[in-house]
Order: sequence, then C-alpha cells, then structure tokens
Amino acid sequence: MLFYSFFKSLVGKDVVVELKNDLSCHTGKRRVDMDSCCRIAICGTLHSVDQYLNIKLTDISVTDPEKYPHMLSVKNCFIRGSVVRYVQLPADEVDTQLLQDAARKEALQQKQ
Amino acid sequence: AQDITLRDTSDSGVSVFVLHPAFFYRDLYLLLFQGQFISTFVGHLLANLVLHQTVERIHVGKKYGDIPRGIFVVRGENVVLLGEIDLEKESDTPLQQVSIEEILEEQRVEQQTRLEAEKLKVQALKDRGLSLPRADTLDEY
Repeated sequence: MLFYSFFKSLVGKDVVVELKNDLSCHTGKRRVDMDSCCRIAICGTLHSVDQYLNIKLTDISVTDPEKYPHMLSVKNCFIRGSVVRYVQLPADEVDTQLLQDAARKEALQQKQ
Repeated sequence: AQDITLRDTSDSGVSVFVLHPAFFYRDLYLLLFQGQFISTFVGHLLANLVLHQTVERIHVGKKYGDIPRGIFVVRGENVVLLGEIDLEKESDTPLQQVSIEEILEEQRVEQQTRLEAEKLKVQALKDRGLSLPRADTLDEY
C-alpha cells in the first residue's frame, strides 16, 4: 500500500518507466545475450496508478525511437505493473527521508 | 475493481496496440490491433482480451507491414503494454508502409544477421572461457 500511496502523490509529474519486457522472452533453457535485450524506457506524465502498481502514462515518448518505432503514434498507454523494472522520478519531487521512514514503519508493521 | 478508461476509448473504434513479448521467440513482438475490445479488464487482473479486426504490424527499420488477423484472443498475463493510438500522429508517421511479402523478407534478413552476430559473440566468449547466463538463473518476477 505504501508505494501505491507514494505513486498517487506523484500523479501529474513526469516520469520515465523502464520495462523489463525482454526477460519474459527468454524463459527456459535458452542462453541470454544481455546486450541485445531490448530495454524500452518510456517517458510520460503519470496519469494514474492502481494497487498493483499498474501505470497509466499520458503524452508519452520513447527514449530510443529509432529502436522502437512501434510507439510513434501512441500518446497514452497503460503499463502492467509486473513488467516495470524502474520508474525514474524527478529528484525534487521525492522526499527520500520521508519515504525511508515510511518504508521502515511499514516493514515493522508487516513483521508483526 | 476499476474499469480502465481504455475500454471507453475503444468504443469509439480507436486503435490500441499490445506489446506482446511471448508471441515470437526472442523478439519483442509487437501486435497492432485495430478495432474494439470486447472484454473489459478489471484492475490488475488484465482479463483475457478478445479483439476483432486485428492487424499485426511488423516493423523493420523504417518500414512496416500490416497483416490482417481477424479475431485475436490474448491471455492477460502476457500483456506488457497497451497503447492508445493517436490517429493524428498515426497519419503523419515517418514510417513507410510496404507489402506483406516485403516486410516478411526484411524481417527474415534482419533475423538472420542477428543470429549470425550472436553466434560470433557466443564463440568469442567461449574462446575466452566465458558463457552467457542461463535464462533460468535470472530473476523473473
């Protein structure tokens, strides 16, 4: 719940979502070449988030459009929470101290 | 459980696309769907999608080709991203549409060059006593 609330507080801010999409292509016994792993990073405005940390972004742009021409005509998108690797946040929008304290509290509560 | 707004936009026939990694091995396979959602998706349990008038779009470099696919059923757990296509942006795309045969040929060529490059890489690593990590040792979810 903590990060759900956290992301809710960031609605309207610009973020970059990096997907871990490529790993699911490499299930099983096949060898993986990490360099050729596609790692799409999508920049956009955080529109909404849900309890599963699915993300909706508006006004998106892909950080490497030559590699991923697929998204050129997409403005808004929904990203399934389970495929997100990173969410890059604007540094001045996040109070890391507060977040750290809240996370500790949550961890303690979960232990009980 | 919320209804995600993509459902609403689909009623007006707006195109959406689904980034679908599980479909073709190794590749981030992109499927471009035009048409309507028939089923809803509720919260995170992205329910299985049933789409009609689907069009599969293959991208190679700056070219693309469309293959009409009819009705598609997609299992929700495979969905990575759903993008709402902006029809204006779509109409002034810098990409060039080509015929199905041509795009499939381009794809085959690209696939081949990639496999060859990878073979060389694997051999080079082998020669140095290294190997690529196995997929099952990487964390998945």
